[in-house]
Amino acid sequence: MKIIVCVKQVPDAKDVRLDPETNTLAREGVQSIMNPYDQHAVEEAVSLKEQLGGEVTVLTMGPPQAEEVLKQAISCGADHGVLVSDRAFAGADTWATSYTLAKAVEKIGTFDLILCGKQAIDGDTAQVGPGLAVRLGIPFITCIQKVREASETEIVMERMMDDGYDVVAVSYPALLTVVKDLNVPRVPSLKGKMKAKKAEFTVLSAADIGAETACIGLAGSPTQVVDVFPPKPRGERSILTGTLEEQIEQLAEKLAVYL
Amino acid sequence: MDYFLSEEQDMIVEIAQQITNERIIPNRAELDEKDEFPREILNSMAQADLFGVPIPEEYGGFGGGCMEIVLALEQLGRGCIGIGTAFAASALGIYPIIISGSEELKQKYLPPVAEGKKFAAFGLTEANAGSDASGIQTTAVLDGDEWVLNGTKQWITNGGEAEIYTVVAITDRSKGPRGASMFVVEAGDPGFTCGPKEKKMGIRASSTTELIFKDCRIPKDRLIGRKGTGFITVMKTLDSSRPGIAALGLGIGQACVDEAASYAKQRVQFGKPIISFQAVQHMLADMAIQLEASRALVYASARHIDAHPKDMSKVSSMCKVMATDMAMKVSTDAVQVMGGYGYMREYPVEKMMRDAKILQIYEGTNQVQRNVIGQELNKEYSRK
Repeated sequence: MKIIVCVKQVPDAKDVRLDPETNTLAREGVQSIMNPYDQHAVEEAVSLKEQLGGEVTVLTMGPPQAEEVLKQAISCGADHGVLVSDRAFAGADTWATSYTLAKAVEKIGTFDLILCGKQAIDGDTAQVGPGLAVRLGIPFITCIQKVREASETEIVMERMMDDGYDVVAVSYPALLTVVKDLNVPRVPSLKGKMKAKKAEFTVLSAADIGAETACIGLAGSPTQVVDVFPPKPRGERSILTGTLEEQIEQLAEKLAVYL
Repeated sequence: MDYFLSEEQDMIVEIAQQITNERIIPNRAELDEKDEFPREILNSMAQADLFGVPIPEEYGGFGGGCMEIVLALEQLGRGCIGIGTAFAASALGIYPIIISGSEELKQKYLPPVAEGKKFAAFGLTEANAGSDASGIQTTAVLDGDEWVLNGTKQWITNGGEAEIYTVVAITDRSKGPRGASMFVVEAGDPGFTCGPKEKKMGIRASSTTELIFKDCRIPKDRLIGRKGTGFITVMKTLDSSRPGIAALGLGIGQACVDEAASYAKQRVQFGKPIISFQAVQHMLADMAIQLEASRALVYASARHIDAHPKDMSKVSSMCKVMATDMAMKVSTDAVQVMGGYGYMREYPVEKMMRDAKILQIYEGTNQVQRNVIGQELNKEYSRK
């Protein structure tokens, strides 16, 4: 079984600040981590490999330092890492990113399954996984919360819904996006960390994957971010006190103003 | 402080730290409350290869020395020394085989422990043989191709949970200390059972039971080393393992400094955070001084022991005494800094203080350690 896992390096949400002058994310001095949903995707890929055999390739698009997330995946049991990195990719929205990743997957070659986190915690779009599947012309199932059974030919899963879950089966090739309920990501092993330290990754440029210049980076991105701003602080708040009856009375008085 | 760890040592610290932060700290209070063995957490340590740290590479381990195990145990101890003890006791149980076992015993028992598929335990203490190991009553008699063991071991960590037990028994009482031998007993061997779990003051996540041998028959080749070398193996085992207990003390010490200092910054009395009062500052300062001094001695001792010096016993005892007395003092002071809150179970220092006490008792009481140090000094100075 050949599995590709798409991962993204994101700023640690515990450490995120906005630059008060530019109103953009202050990335300097902020710790980078593997997108938490992607950690669950890596874990599932590695446990599927342990169960069915095969290999796991981790794929990321980002600057050279994004190698860190590939190393983390290797230390948790993935076999290979591919970094798609080129200045020309900078400023890509989800449209350009899914195009770029699709080109990279075509370059990697055959696969049975692609796993992605449901969404990245920085952009929060949840579009790249499905976008990639559409570009590759393969089925996708989002928000997988449990794998019930996996074999060489198909995988049966639970897809999280607002009011419960659907049971879905799909044959390969397919793309799945996963939620955190799926599994508990393992702690990297000592052997894995040593392997990661020595690991060398395939680095692919725009030319290597045969990407058209008009389709990548800022130029290939129909979405333009016009402004980023923190939400305005809420208006005045007050806490009602007294017995329940008194509080209801006070509330009614306050609401009456709006009638 | 920078202790100039190697890249591999840093990796061990990172892994143990992650297990402590993500798996141990969120679960420790419940495991303590329920007296529950931390099977799942130990499994995650196994998956992360931590059980392989003290085992030689040729048997599937990492080939780490005393320093590597100290680094792992310090981090685990920061979370919970009950869980740290379960981990350490498995290493303790396997040391006799590493130190004195035949090639066959090593091939058979080390790989599954390195992978964390099997746990080990060490059986020395008995009702009448604590600090005075010469009081051992358990006997082993050779009958054809089998050893027959009779007797009861007491307070054995990982009892009932381990699959592999290394046990001391008397094979020739007339020879005194040279009449003791060590054996490997497996869970399920005929005539071997474990008693009920003891109820303890602290380290309640760890399992402590009796090991009961009633005409327990084991194959002849389960003898570790030569007949009569049991005490030598025990002494060498404890010399190697004591710094690990010291490391658990460092873990508690660090956790207590962390808890007490962050509490003192938040707790406001008389209109100020209590950390701004000199009385509290001095307590925290003394805690930090003792902790760092202990860490320096433990690390230096572990590195010294890894060079297999002649004065291993003395050095190993010195770091055990200092770091575990420190853990008791610092955990008591952490409770004091936190006052009534510190005494409540909602805050972790109450458990740390209960847990710390065992460190001064097990793997040789701190009084016995001082005997060892004193006797070594006596020998050294009679040569001068």
